[in-house]
Amino acid sequence: MAKVVVVTSGKGGVGKTTSTAALGAALAQIGQNVVIVDFDVGLRNLDLVMGAERRVVYDFINVTQGIAKLPQALIRDKRLDKLALLAASQTRDKDALTEDGVQRVIASLRQMFDWVICDSPAGIERGATLAMRYADTAIIVTNPEVSSVRDSDRIIGILDAKTLKAERGERVDKHLLITRYDQARAARGEMLNIDDVLEILSTPLLGIVPESEEVLRASNLGSPVTLNNSNSGPARAYFDAARRLMGEDIEMTIPTDRQGLFGKLFGRRAA
Amino acid sequence: MSVTSVVHAGQSTRFVCRSYMAAVLAPKPPIIEWVAEIEQKIKDAGHLFIGPPVVLDLAAVKLSQSAIAHLVAQLEERGVRVMGLENADAASTGVGVPPLVRSSRGIGASGDLAQSQAPTPAPVPAPEPRRGIATLLVDEPVRSGQTIFFPDGDVTVLGSVGSGAELIAGGSIHVYGTLRGRVMAGSDGNTRARIFCSKAEAELLAIDGHYLTADMMDKGLRDRAVQAWLDGNAVRVAALD
Repeated sequence: MAKVVVVTSGKGGVGKTTSTAALGAALAQIGQNVVIVDFDVGLRNLDLVMGAERRVVYDFINVTQGIAKLPQALIRDKRLDKLALLAASQTRDKDALTEDGVQRVIASLRQMFDWVICDSPAGIERGATLAMRYADTAIIVTNPEVSSVRDSDRIIGILDAKTLKAERGERVDKHLLITRYDQARAARGEMLNIDDVLEILSTPLLGIVPESEEVLRASNLGSPVTLNNSNSGPARAYFDAARRLMGEDIEMTIPTDRQGLFGKLFGRRAA
Repeated sequence: MSVTSVVHAGQSTRFVCRSYMAAVLAPKPPIIEWVAEIEQKIKDAGHLFIGPPVVLDLAAVKLSQSAIAHLVAQLEERGVRVMGLENADAASTGVGVPPLVRSSRGIGASGDLAQSQAPTPAPVPAPEPRRGIATLLVDEPVRSGQTIFFPDGDVTVLGSVGSGAELIAGGSIHVYGTLRGRVMAGSDGNTRARIFCSKAEAELLAIDGHYLTADMMDKGLRDRAVQAWLDGNAVRVAALD
């Protein structure tokens, strides 16, 4: 039986889709069977970031409506055979997802994979609450910045109220993933530092992903950063986070982009 | 103990929260039969529904706005005055029907924490059933956007209160953590209620409706352990260390 993980944040644009793809690809490379599911109906991005946008025939809504069977809608990644994608519909909106439909699809995916990673849309309305509803574990993606931190606090409160686990009196395991962290800016006081964020959110830290140009580069190439450049700072941070998700105890560091000799000589500053 | 205080007398706007008792009627389908039942009940024991304010609990029925308005009118014809609606869709409420109300049920967590239907264990424990000094203990952080409403007594939080969270207590409020949200003590008119916190970054402090916003507070008290109390019509704040 799989673990269902929701990647959520409240705030938009902090790295949910990037992290879903990166963690999914990292877990698949470690040998786990992973499916990543896009819950952002109408504004789908996970297929783009995975480079699968030209292979989407059937989507999540088609499956909940019974128009397609789940295996028809699942898109196997061409590079990693243990990674699959269930894309969202682009022509509908979040109201087209029914709780019953989502419940059936998640139940089926649980039987087929080790990990079901749900990429939540931003916000606190129906799309976000449906994405988290059946989760065992939540990864709250946060930028070290005041709006993102407060929105993350809000979403943590909602995880303790609107999930099936919370309604049954149990707890969703919550982990914080800090993304776009820039050590230099934090030192200058332009950005919150890690301790500030942890003090406000009081949630265990899964990983710290440094700000890096590699993320946009990978995204434009349609490849998760952990596949496109597995030695980059963000990729190594995501691999560490994936291992911690699996229960390994890994020392918390902020990996930097590894530069070759020329990089060091010509002084491009690592993130 | 150094006393630094901010005095703002003569505020005309006050936050006052009060809880009132209302009789609850819960319509069940088919509505027509239910209204007939109510008519019969009024003949038998009218004083229970005619006079005291009545709230309609619409959990068991799906009614559009016009259907709700019609039902309210029918009840009004029979002498039942509906002052609020519970468990109604936000879409079917608005002008022309009574407002949405939320029941406090004495346990006092609302907003995201409220589980108003089944008796599932809410993250907030029930108060001790004693007269006089009831305390609500919250042993985890209060998250942004959550509201804790406890008119029966004191609220104690073992943890921080997030920015954008609200605590409303009939008694005093004690926060063993950083207070970043809004707190309103003495909500039932208790002028002796106080507010205590380990680290003050509050957005708003109010006692019996008299309030101070963050801007109105002394900057020197920020991040310190403070208490706030009511002195006449003014909220005074002083450091505890």
